[in-house]
Amino acid sequence: MPTIYIDNKPYEVKAGKNLLEACLAQGVDIPYFCWHPSLGSVGACRQCAVKLFKDENDTQGRLVMSCLEGVRDGLRLSVNDKMAKAFREQIIEWLMTNHPHDCPVCDEGGSCHLQDMTVMTGHDYRHYDFKKRTYRNQYLGPLIHHEMNRCIQCYRCVRYYKDYAGGEDLNVFAANNKVYFGREKDGVLESPFSGNLAEVCPTGVFTDKTLKEHYTRKWDLTMAPSVCQHCSVGCNTIAGERYGELRVILNRYNGEVNGYFLCDRGRFGYEFVNDENRVKQPVIRNRTSEAVTEPELTTYLQTAMYNSKLIGIGSPRAAVETNFALQQLVGPGNFYKGISEDEAYLTNKVVRILETGTVHSASLKDIEQSDAVLILGEDIWNTAPMMALAVRQSVKKTAYSHAAEQSKLPIWHDAAIQEFVQEEKGFLANITVAGSPLDGIAAYTAYGAPDNLARLGFAIAHELNTSLPVVSNVDDDLINKAKSIAAVLLKAKKPVIVSGISCYSEGVIEAAFNIAASLNTAERKAAICYALPACNSMGLGMMNAPSFDHAVTRLQREQDMTVVIVENDLYRDISSSVLDTFFSKAANIIVLDSLHNRTTEKANVLIPAATFAEGDGTMVNYEGRAQRFFQVFMPANPFIRESWKWLKEMNLYKTQGSNGHNQPPEELLEKLESTSHQFEGISKVTPPHDFTIHGERIPREPHRYSGRTAMLANLNVSEPKPMQDNDSPLSFTMEGFKGIQPSIAIPFFWSPGWNSVQSVTKYQEEPGGHLRGGDPGVKLFHDRQGSEPSFFKGMPESFAERPEKWLVLPQYHVLGSGELSIYTKALEELTPSPSVSLSQQDANRLNVQNGDMLQVNADAKKYLLAVTINKNLCNGVVLVSAGLGEVEGMSWGSWVKVSRCE
Amino acid sequence: MISHVRTIWLTFLHLFTKKVTIEYPEEKVKLHPRWRGRIVLTKDPDGGERCVGCYLCAAACPVDCIALQATEDENGRRYPEFFRINFSRCIFCGFCEEACPTYAIQLIPDFEMGEYNRQNLVFEKEDLLINSEGKYPGYNFYKVAGINAGVKGKGEGEQEEAPVDIHSLLP
Repeated sequence: MPTIYIDNKPYEVKAGKNLLEACLAQGVDIPYFCWHPSLGSVGACRQCAVKLFKDENDTQGRLVMSCLEGVRDGLRLSVNDKMAKAFREQIIEWLMTNHPHDCPVCDEGGSCHLQDMTVMTGHDYRHYDFKKRTYRNQYLGPLIHHEMNRCIQCYRCVRYYKDYAGGEDLNVFAANNKVYFGREKDGVLESPFSGNLAEVCPTGVFTDKTLKEHYTRKWDLTMAPSVCQHCSVGCNTIAGERYGELRVILNRYNGEVNGYFLCDRGRFGYEFVNDENRVKQPVIRNRTSEAVTEPELTTYLQTAMYNSKLIGIGSPRAAVETNFALQQLVGPGNFYKGISEDEAYLTNKVVRILETGTVHSASLKDIEQSDAVLILGEDIWNTAPMMALAVRQSVKKTAYSHAAEQSKLPIWHDAAIQEFVQEEKGFLANITVAGSPLDGIAAYTAYGAPDNLARLGFAIAHELNTSLPVVSNVDDDLINKAKSIAAVLLKAKKPVIVSGISCYSEGVIEAAFNIAASLNTAERKAAICYALPACNSMGLGMMNAPSFDHAVTRLQREQDMTVVIVENDLYRDISSSVLDTFFSKAANIIVLDSLHNRTTEKANVLIPAATFAEGDGTMVNYEGRAQRFFQVFMPANPFIRESWKWLKEMNLYKTQGSNGHNQPPEELLEKLESTSHQFEGISKVTPPHDFTIHGERIPREPHRYSGRTAMLANLNVSEPKPMQDNDSPLSFTMEGFKGIQPSIAIPFFWSPGWNSVQSVTKYQEEPGGHLRGGDPGVKLFHDRQGSEPSFFKGMPESFAERPEKWLVLPQYHVLGSGELSIYTKALEELTPSPSVSLSQQDANRLNVQNGDMLQVNADAKKYLLAVTINKNLCNGVVLVSAGLGEVEGMSWGSWVKVSRCE
Repeated sequence: MISHVRTIWLTFLHLFTKKVTIEYPEEKVKLHPRWRGRIVLTKDPDGGERCVGCYLCAAACPVDCIALQATEDENGRRYPEFFRINFSRCIFCGFCEEACPTYAIQLIPDFEMGEYNRQNLVFEKEDLLINSEGKYPGYNFYKVAGINAGVKGKGEGEQEEAPVDIHSLLP
């Protein structure tokens, strides 16, 4: 490790870094704007100047930009040098000549990097006496607000949007002092990662438009570490509340998972928590007064729990605790997964593969750092957006490190490396049913029906490992494709295979494993990951329980059953005809959910459940990482409680016991560990509820939280006692531990002088590295390197079209297919209208064109959908928008009739 | 003994000094314009609310007795949806006035706020807003801010150049 001298003090720093990173890692503050750990250095803002000396005798020195200077052993620099300080102050003053007098009405104020840096440099007086430059703003859609006057030309936005996220519609225009960052003309930003602009921009040019609707400053938010609820990736978020409403979702850095960014579904899909459609009142139906009080509900549940035969239906979007509490309530033999047999079977397959540990389960970081990616059968752009962003980084970084090796340029030297790389890309083979936006960066793309994709996968596996079976009845084309892909994968050192269950094909999952396991050798560390449909699909999949279809047959067999359903709108996954008979057979239906939906309509007893913001819980993401989300705020409505609390109470009625009333969630997890070995270690996901640091709890509110004695004064001038949290080590006040919180429970990022999100550097071992004390989350799957993989030998036959029938597969939409995110008005606005995609030939055969209406007959139901012709799609397959509009509970992977609508 | 006599003597002398007490409430106290009393919210010269809901007063308040919520009208002009001061907590330190970037919140020379019921000391925006510019006449924040909130267009404010023509490549 090289030693550098900062103001004559020696520091040991990591080699291969730039001076700015090295100084920040040592806790030496240097102001900066254009540099970002994920974006590298370009030297655009000139803010990070330091003085560099030739040797210890050099007193003159020279100014350099610390972000563009690599560390060398024995390097001497001065941050506090008079000239360097004056230079930095001068730069800020120049940047501020045109910066408007906007802070009071600017959403960035209070968490603004420009404010922080201005204070840090000491600039406080404007010498420039002339007029300020102004710009006209653009309409950038319902998610991002544009206020161009505030721009300081650091170029971070375009570097993020274009270079990092691959967006094409944001750019820099004009020249010299008129540089403009925006779109070619007004319009919605196309990238589903546009929300990150609000955090990437060091000032208030791009801000969160949904926050603007109920604006709250960072210091006024009650915040808690949370986990995104909208896909299986499980990005870490910070959720902020004010006045009993969830106000904002911010990124919570996790070096292994989402890093600095979130997708728009995760960032903006929070408004369901505040929605009018929330279940607010316990209801017992078919009575004169259906809304019931707590004692009435208790009496009812006491008899209902004690006297009846219970079966429980779990949910892939409910927390691990909730599913387990339900299993405890109804008994292990009576718990069902609440997903269709197909989904349960495929998820189970994924769980079994990952549990063996023969191949490493890839985190997003692993994907980012891989040097070859093969995507088999999953449209991750739409089902796991952040995974797609990680794949993009892998493609970019592979080319970067290749260029760095060839040119001896340091990897962080973004502009220079980019110039060197030109069009070169890392290897990505994107093998999907009908393509995805990732095709644009893929070295290799292939399309086909799921069975054919699986066959291509098996062919690749055979090329990698000749002991694996040969694909039968095969054409040369497939073999050549497989050979060329296998050849590149063999050269890779850290290949990652990405797949998933959204094409409802067992073969695809097996083929992906065969490829990964064949690649995995002592020298080559391969990794695998499977995208799953919901935020806790993995946690549910890991439980030993049959699918919902078994519950249906059980109800046909047995009478007088009480069905308990938690947080699951079954109508989204199961066909309505099956469900209607299921519900008619049930003697009593108890539903716990946070929002009214078609399933809650069927309930005889409806109990309000807390959302992620109002409760604690644990989710297991696609890689088997258990992550804890903490309660953000205590809802004013006392009925809104975590489902697992309701279920535990119901369990007490059933056993007529009275113990364990205020049992904290970690005890539930400990019990889960002891009953199911596959969850071993999950209780370490959170510090115990009585955890303190020097006797102090961790406050959810920043120390400058305002309005404590006035917020509720309209109701009662005497302030209520602060809320108590018995479930976690966080407190609902601003008092408590001050300082860098432990990585496992960071309610917000803040450090003295660093009010903006850039303060995350203070929480990291090094900028862009792991959080101090380790990235949060407990991996439940453990690598067993060297264990002999059990390959899958069977493979599907080649896909054959059927006359008058089409294989129906889901087309997910990154904004729109989410059950909960759709409650956000802005996302609803961006949701495409439901459609059916088919190939050009099929369209010709049916005599339809783009925009015509087609009738899809599935599960005894008719859907009228607009036609989209997809040139990548093969004949005999149709894609139907999943989760949009009327489309619910379709049997994906089945054969449907499609006919022209007259 | 001497001390007692001296005390009596001094007390006696006070009979001939000028009175500082007044016959309040018949006679009113003379208060100076900068006296820090009851808090008001003032208006712009054009009659709009001056408060832009920036939350700085709330953050500056040492007893946390100010709570508000910012909202926007159709022109993008920010104003408080509600603005509440709990005067039973207020210590009249004037920090809120110092923090206010728009001269909206001002402390005025009035202390007659006694109430029998403490709840009546919770003032809402309708109780605080006055139809006056207060101590700082003529100031309109939106005329000097960069944003267009329906008060002035882009580039029409004080010290602002006309908006940049981004299609021009001329220096």
